Amino acid sequence: MKIIKHSFDGVIVGAGGAGLRAAIEAAPHMKLAVITKLYPTRSHTGAAQGGMSAALANVEEDNWNWHAFDTVKGSDYLADQPAVDILCKEAIDSVVELEHWGLPFSRLENGKIAQRRFGGHTVKEGEAPAFRACYAADRTGHMILQTLYQKCVSMGVTFFDEFQVLDIKIDDGVCRGVIAYEVATGDIHIFEARAVTFATGGFGKIYKVSSNAHSLTGDGPGILYQKGIPLEDMEFYQFHPTGIYRLGILLSEAARGEGGILRNKDGERFMERYAPSIKDLAPRDMVSRAIATEISEGNGAGPNNDFVYLDLTHLGAETIKQKLPDITDFVRTYVKIEPINEPIPVQPTAHYAMGGIPTDVNARVLSDASGTILPGVYSAGESACVSVHGANRLGTNSLLDIVVFGKRAGQSMVDYVSSTKPMELSDNAAEDLTNKIEKLIEKDHSLEFSVPRIREELQDSMEENAKIFRTEESLEKQTKILTDLRDRYQNVTISDKGKVFNTELLEAIELEYLLDMSDTTVASALHRKESRGAHSRVDHVERDDENWLKHSFAFKNGESVKLEYKNVELGNYEPKERKY
Amino acid sequence: MDVKVNILRYNPETDRKGHWEEYILEADPDERILDLLHKVKWFDDGSLAFRRSCAHGVCGSDAMVVNGENMLACQVLVKEVSTPIKIEPIRGLPVIKDLVVNMDSFFDSYKKVMPFLVNDSEPGERERLQSPEDRDRFEDTTKCILCAACTTSCPVFWTADTYVGPAAIVNAHRFVFDSRDNASKQRLEILKDVDGAFRCRTAFNCTSACPRGIQVTKAIEDVKRETLTIN
Ligand SMILES: Cc1cc2nc3c(=O)[nH]c(=O)nc-3n(C[C@H](O)[C@H](O)[C@H](O)COP(=O)(O)OP(=O)(O)OC[C@H]3O[C@@H](n4cnc5c(N)ncnc54)[C@H](O)[C@@H]3O)c2cc1C
Ligand code: SF4
Ligand code: FES
Repeated sequence: MKIIKHSFDGVIVGAGGAGLRAAIEAAPHMKLAVITKLYPTRSHTGAAQGGMSAALANVEEDNWNWHAFDTVKGSDYLADQPAVDILCKEAIDSVVELEHWGLPFSRLENGKIAQRRFGGHTVKEGEAPAFRACYAADRTGHMILQTLYQKCVSMGVTFFDEFQVLDIKIDDGVCRGVIAYEVATGDIHIFEARAVTFATGGFGKIYKVSSNAHSLTGDGPGILYQKGIPLEDMEFYQFHPTGIYRLGILLSEAARGEGGILRNKDGERFMERYAPSIKDLAPRDMVSRAIATEISEGNGAGPNNDFVYLDLTHLGAETIKQKLPDITDFVRTYVKIEPINEPIPVQPTAHYAMGGIPTDVNARVLSDASGTILPGVYSAGESACVSVHGANRLGTNSLLDIVVFGKRAGQSMVDYVSSTKPMELSDNAAEDLTNKIEKLIEKDHSLEFSVPRIREELQDSMEENAKIFRTEESLEKQTKILTDLRDRYQNVTISDKGKVFNTELLEAIELEYLLDMSDTTVASALHRKESRGAHSRVDHVERDDENWLKHSFAFKNGESVKLEYKNVELGNYEPKERKY
Repeated sequence: MDVKVNILRYNPETDRKGHWEEYILEADPDERILDLLHKVKWFDDGSLAFRRSCAHGVCGSDAMVVNGENMLACQVLVKEVSTPIKIEPIRGLPVIKDLVVNMDSFFDSYKKVMPFLVNDSEPGERERLQSPEDRDRFEDTTKCILCAACTTSCPVFWTADTYVGPAAIVNAHRFVFDSRDNASKQRLEILKDVDGAFRCRTAFNCTSACPRGIQVTKAIEDVKRETLTIN
């Protein structure tokens, strides 16, 4: 295998919103490389639709404290409140900064940035839905990704496109760099770098029905987990209420923000029963549970009673065209329904990882539950857990998270690089990885141990046993399945033995991360004997603040998972019963 | 139903040139062309190479030629195309393997047109104002996902690969018509060049190829017209 060595001060792994925002901050102050397995503009940030919240008060009175209250309440009180304060306070400048860099937000008549309503966002601590989400039609993420990439182009940031990072080098507890695989050639690249940020996005591909891209396989969290770094709050995975039936393609909450209504098979607006005050705009965990309950009680529509309807027919053609053009096009393209005239079949879809690599508010990675910092390693965006989303993220808070904490990751890299000296990485640093790849290539291929077979069983079983409602029984069952899949993975084989664009090889390596993400999700969920936010235990239906107002830290312990806990940092808002 | 799919395969490590391979796949009429490619890759030949990520037409990874026309494999359903389904890489860019082409020159052209907002005036603490009408002038071209379907369907680009191509002009348009931008003149100077907008022969292939429904030819015409105003 050809091995090529590079020397940088800092490396950012991932070129979605979080990685690009970090790059803009760090690039002027160091020799920086952004390494990304996709071309930057293909990152899944580009799929985000509805908006990015900030208390700009462009439409009505608002202030960041209300935003913070909603975020904490939405998190079911698991978010760390000092981090939430940072998120909501810095939101305003972050949106303005993006606008200054050219982001084409939709506008109000007076020329200011337009804002819309979104689930769980309210004025005056719950009084009424708030106009807080800044948006560009229903392609806000696309505009953020494009704007940040454009800014990077204007700054001349160095990119390694279609390079996949497969390993990190940490010697004596200090970061030395990463090892990447060049997709087009199969060459191995050693990147010396004393500051490394992981911004690799989410891992929705552990489930069968998901709004996530094929590429969202938890690479950053997986690489660190395999090195002994814990993963935080993995039991909290968000299911978005409105994925297109069976396909999982997302129909943004903006659809309900603009007035869309969920209906069961009888046409009943069932959310009136579950969240009388804000109804269809309740937070996602509640709406997804409501849909799952309607379906299990036989109120679902269709021959199998397994979906509900998202009804936009009363919004009028003009609103749909102006404000929801893309998502209504998805419906036309994939299910051949005209949303102006007909309600859309939807079901909850695996959407967002609240959990991930534990960090402090400066994006510094923590190596244990007592907050020890791993020098030189940072994470931001969906791969990280700060935690600002706690047990349930509010819509529009992730696009915000990626820019606020992406920037902080960049700043932390600058601080670290300016106070430390470059360190050599030895020429044999890639040995572990080259051995792993050679082993995969040498093994004879057998269908039983093929990547798609194992992955399909993983996704089907996670969907069945570890989705919206969980029980001790379902999680125990899934633990056994995962052990079996892990055994089979030890013998995984591939048929492509070539060097050029061998994506089968990369899918095999990604599958291991998916197994890691599933193991930690299931183990954390099994241990948490309460229901909070997105984690609903049918056998422990109450929230239990006495015992469980704490974050889970899941460590790799041989083939099993070991758990430790860290107390939640409270602030202005005492945990209260969560009603809407 | 069974569907016959022909894919133009090429592996630089074993083949001197491309060749067609035929696959008979069990498929649902509502499936995407991308799902068919996955069936081949996952259950028949793992070495088949193609790019994909989002699977719903927003990331721009999987532009390819299906039955002679450029499209995103994830945006077209089996029932919408005639069989046998013929799938080839987009044209005019060097093939790396199977359906994957080298995109370097495509992104180089994009970067040439200064695809970023230029405005050195002090913006103040809040957003710059822009009326909905001004915002609307460049709405269409903000939608571009850099998939290259337009550029690689352009007969001028096939014969002269130095031509910046429709995608780059679309991205120039995005800024030229943005009331907040101050560098239109520089961009238009670049596009006045021999390899710029005037190479366009209004074949309209780009407009029909664009999976985002951007009026590409119109954007090029807008830019040409604007170019005549600078001197
Ligand atoms: C359909 C959809 C709609 C959404 N809508 C909204 C919304 O309206 N508002 C909101 O706030 N949030 C929304 N979200 C959530 C939000 O978009 C994401 O959480 C956020 O964009 C994640 O950004 P990121 O930068 O962390 O990761 P991503 O944008 O996913 O980027 C990950 C990057 O990591 C790279 N990468 C991954 N692994 C490797 C590796 N091994 N080596 C090298 N590079 C690697 C990839 O190439 C990519 O560049 C939505 C999510 C989805 C799926
Ligand atoms: S203009 Fe359309 S076809 Fe061309 S690159 Fe952009 S999205 Fe693709
Ligand atoms: S896979 Fe993203 S556009 Fe087709």
